[in-house]
Amino acid sequence: MSSGIIVRRDPRAERIRRNRLHPRHHEFCQPAARWMGPNGVMRRNPHTVAAIGPNGLRRLDRSGATVTGGPSLRSVNDESHEQRRQVTLESPDFLVAVVPECPEGRLSSHDRDLFGLARQLADRDPASSGAVVAITFDHNAPELADAGADRWLALDDDSYAGYSPETRLTALETVARSWSPRHWLLPDGPAVGSDLGRRLAVRLAGLQPGSEEARAAARVWQVDGDHCICRGGGEHRDIHRPLPQVVLALAECAEPVSETRHEARPITLDTAPVPSIRRVTDHGRVAVDPSCIALDQAPFILAGGRGIGDWPGFHETARLLGAAEGASRVAVDDGYMPRARQVGATGTFVTAGCYIAVGISGAVQHLQGIEHCQRVVAINSDPGCDMVRRADLALIGNGDAILAAVAARLEARQHEEYRHDVA
Amino acid sequence: MTSPEVRVLVSSGRHPVSGRSGAAREDARAVEMALALAGEGVTLLHAGDPADASLRYYLGMFHEVPGLPSVGRVGRLDLLSMPAESDATSLLAEQLRHAGASLVLTGMRSEIGEGSGLLPYLLAERLGWNLVAGVAAIEHCDSESATILQALPQGQRRRLSVRLPCIATVDRAAPAPRQSAHGPARRGQIRVIEPQESAGVALDEPRGQWRFEPARVRPKRLKVVKGGSARERMRAAASTGGGGGGRVLSDLDPEAAADELIRYLESERVLQ
Repeated sequence: MSSGIIVRRDPRAERIRRNRLHPRHHEFCQPAARWMGPNGVMRRNPHTVAAIGPNGLRRLDRSGATVTGGPSLRSVNDESHEQRRQVTLESPDFLVAVVPECPEGRLSSHDRDLFGLARQLADRDPASSGAVVAITFDHNAPELADAGADRWLALDDDSYAGYSPETRLTALETVARSWSPRHWLLPDGPAVGSDLGRRLAVRLAGLQPGSEEARAAARVWQVDGDHCICRGGGEHRDIHRPLPQVVLALAECAEPVSETRHEARPITLDTAPVPSIRRVTDHGRVAVDPSCIALDQAPFILAGGRGIGDWPGFHETARLLGAAEGASRVAVDDGYMPRARQVGATGTFVTAGCYIAVGISGAVQHLQGIEHCQRVVAINSDPGCDMVRRADLALIGNGDAILAAVAARLEARQHEEYRHDVA
Repeated sequence: MTSPEVRVLVSSGRHPVSGRSGAAREDARAVEMALALAGEGVTLLHAGDPADASLRYYLGMFHEVPGLPSVGRVGRLDLLSMPAESDATSLLAEQLRHAGASLVLTGMRSEIGEGSGLLPYLLAERLGWNLVAGVAAIEHCDSESATILQALPQGQRRRLSVRLPCIATVDRAAPAPRQSAHGPARRGQIRVIEPQESAGVALDEPRGQWRFEPARVRPKRLKVVKGGSARERMRAAASTGGGGGGRVLSDLDPEAAADELIRYLESERVLQ
């Protein structure tokens, strides 16, 4: 034992090692491969020198050579967490039909909750296994296997495009006649999201009049065994009632499927649905002036804050982008924008799909207001501000100049399109 | 242009905060839409308790507004007398079949009771009429057909044309209702119609077995992070949503930044 060795403590490193939320905790916590012990003996950590061999077993190489190449222990563990159990079902005893709404051609979180509820109903009794059938009016719905569908009926005829409740209803009626699912689950969303479900509920109830099973439950938010809880009118009553055949469920009615993966095997109808007369004609979407949309519903928002100097240019860019205008509290207090356009905890909570924040540093109240935005773009001169940290894309620079450049490009493009149309 | 005959199905509502009875908000919007469309040709229809005072609110909306059609002298409301627990579908369907109306407006769902929003669908199925849900505006209406703007999520609109007779449910996105005035509310006529023996008020049997309770607060969904180390789970639980993983582009001149922004918006299909 050499007594001449002085073991020095590093109080800062110890403090960081103790604080699990410290941003650099991870690197300080990395166990060193070798270090000098308190008595001057070289210590080794076998956990860091070990590596995963080709058979998935951890091998310790004592030769001293650094082992590389194989995946580390941590990543193997992560993969095993990601792996879902594959479930296949050959001959189900009964069916649970789910008609997801699929806005923008993708499963929404509401649809995933609905599949979670369907799995809950299908797997309730271990003695008789049920299969979840997804019925979509769209040919590409790739996430159905992960969402929890055993079978998949894709009705992707042209006649189902747009707003076509009658043809869709006839198709669902054909499904009901040929397979008679035990339960039908449809989303009960805001606005027209629940239209098809209510039509189906009434049509199926007409096939078996007077039956209590046939009376659909709307706005279901919990299913417990044979009973369900529905939210009554005006949001102030809960109704406990037996679970009927048709269930129109609210968002977060059940946990989405996360443990298993199902096969989503494509199936087809034996009998083609009888084409029905379209009595409602869809003339397509109408162009809506973005400044007329209420801020909490706007799909695309351009918001300005203290960093904006050129407000006329800001308004012009919003017009060219086709975005609704928003503002931070500072911009509203300084009188550049009306109070109704303020985003944040003290203003409006927005749900935009895309939110562009120009010259907004990102106060806590403002970040709370944009919590539900899917994509955030920050344009700011300060690279260290909270908004840049929150953003999916951050552009560091002068907001006024960048907006002016964007406006110039969009204007040039519009001129080009106009010339193209004239020619 | 002769104004079409429009019926509005109204129900009594409940204030969301104070709980006071009054007009249902969507039904009031339906009345406003009907008055702006047809003026004198509007008749209100309700099935329920004749002693309900909140129905006068809708009659108070029958007053002139500059720029909109004249609403006539007094408001009219047909009231089908019925106990509160019975099924209104057959009564309303009979009444509508004999009334000869071509357009029926109503709210999306009632504010008291079951509030399932199924009644317009049941009526349309029984009468064989068309149905359009979530109407934001009626652009044009004649005796044959109507052109309707339907409200979609995120403030979007879709234009539909539908052949009459038709039942339309009015969305929250429709124009706000005019104020209800005391004088017209007092003067309005309520015609109580006792049900025919043949129509037969059916008691709502299954509903008797349901249990009504004050609404429970729905549990907030927790963000559950599966797997990972204890530290990762702790971080996920303590983080306040979002953050990290974004692309930060510095040292760009404004032109390059604008290009980058437009490219990003196009790749996310925000900009066409």
